[in-house]
Amino acid sequence: MVLNDAEQQLISLIQGGLPLSSRPWAEIGRKMNMDEEDVLQQVRSLQERGLIKRFGLVVRHHELGYTANAMVVWDVPDDQVQSVGEALGRHDCVTLCYQRPRRLPEWPYNLFCMIHGKDRERVLEIIDELVETEGLQDIPHEVLFSGERFKQRGAKYL
Amino acid sequence: MTAIAARNYPAMTGALEPELSNLEKRLLNEYQKGFPLTRTPYAEIAQQLGTSEALVLEVLNKLKDQGYISRVGPVFKPRKVGVSTLAAMSVPDDRLHQIASIISSYPEVNHNYEREHQFNLWFVVTARDEAHLREVLQDMEMRTGLPIMDLPLEQQFHIDLGFPLWC
Repeated sequence: MVLNDAEQQLISLIQGGLPLSSRPWAEIGRKMNMDEEDVLQQVRSLQERGLIKRFGLVVRHHELGYTANAMVVWDVPDDQVQSVGEALGRHDCVTLCYQRPRRLPEWPYNLFCMIHGKDRERVLEIIDELVETEGLQDIPHEVLFSGERFKQRGAKYL
Repeated sequence: MTAIAARNYPAMTGALEPELSNLEKRLLNEYQKGFPLTRTPYAEIAQQLGTSEALVLEVLNKLKDQGYISRVGPVFKPRKVGVSTLAAMSVPDDRLHQIASIISSYPEVNHNYEREHQFNLWFVVTARDEAHLREVLQDMEMRTGLPIMDLPLEQQFHIDLGFPLWC
């Protein structure tokens, strides 16, 4: 994906968040020496091209009371990973669902999803529901609850 | 304020529910996506929710100060802007804090978690390109003396529409 200089500058200015003020794009525009409307046009273009997948409030689960968080990893036969991935990804309470490579022999899992809940019991309950509704009883999985959070912030790409 | 109170989220089970006002809940639930890309977005949200721009800004500032939101802004699609990977290490328990702080010290790391597993340290590394990413991972292995398991994204299934507060 090729980004021009103005787009790179725009991304670096908004990746940490939009100003909470009446005319946020005018503020960004002043830093870029650009008109407010032109800045907006660029953001819309980034969104239309799929670089921005959503725009809005980015919530922090832990602070909102969702203190239990598990990464659930599945060892799905390669020819089923697409359908299982799509099925898991459709569930409201699954916040991420990614295919990643196996690293044999120590790491046999190729599908990763993230589940947040207000406590461990709720997270395990959600996983049971997933296994049940999607018929995943024969797919080996492990649940990796999170312990200490050493660092968490938005990605800085540029 | 009837417009704000009109919608309730009875199934919301977050532990903090009693502390959140209806306006806070509506902002949290309805504006994780679809933020208006217009000159005066907060005024537009206020109009949609039947309240004032000043109050919307005040509440967003408060949500940010309290740490309930990290920002109002874009979420980029992985692999479209820059490159990233999920990395894991198997760290002896008595060295976990020391190793974790080395990993966290890299500006390229945005998430760094302990997880209950043989692989007990998990972090996300983001860089502008693949070469820089490789350099960072090698540097980490050198400084910690521990091998890194690198698990780059191959396919994303989840359509990220934000997190509903009723899970």
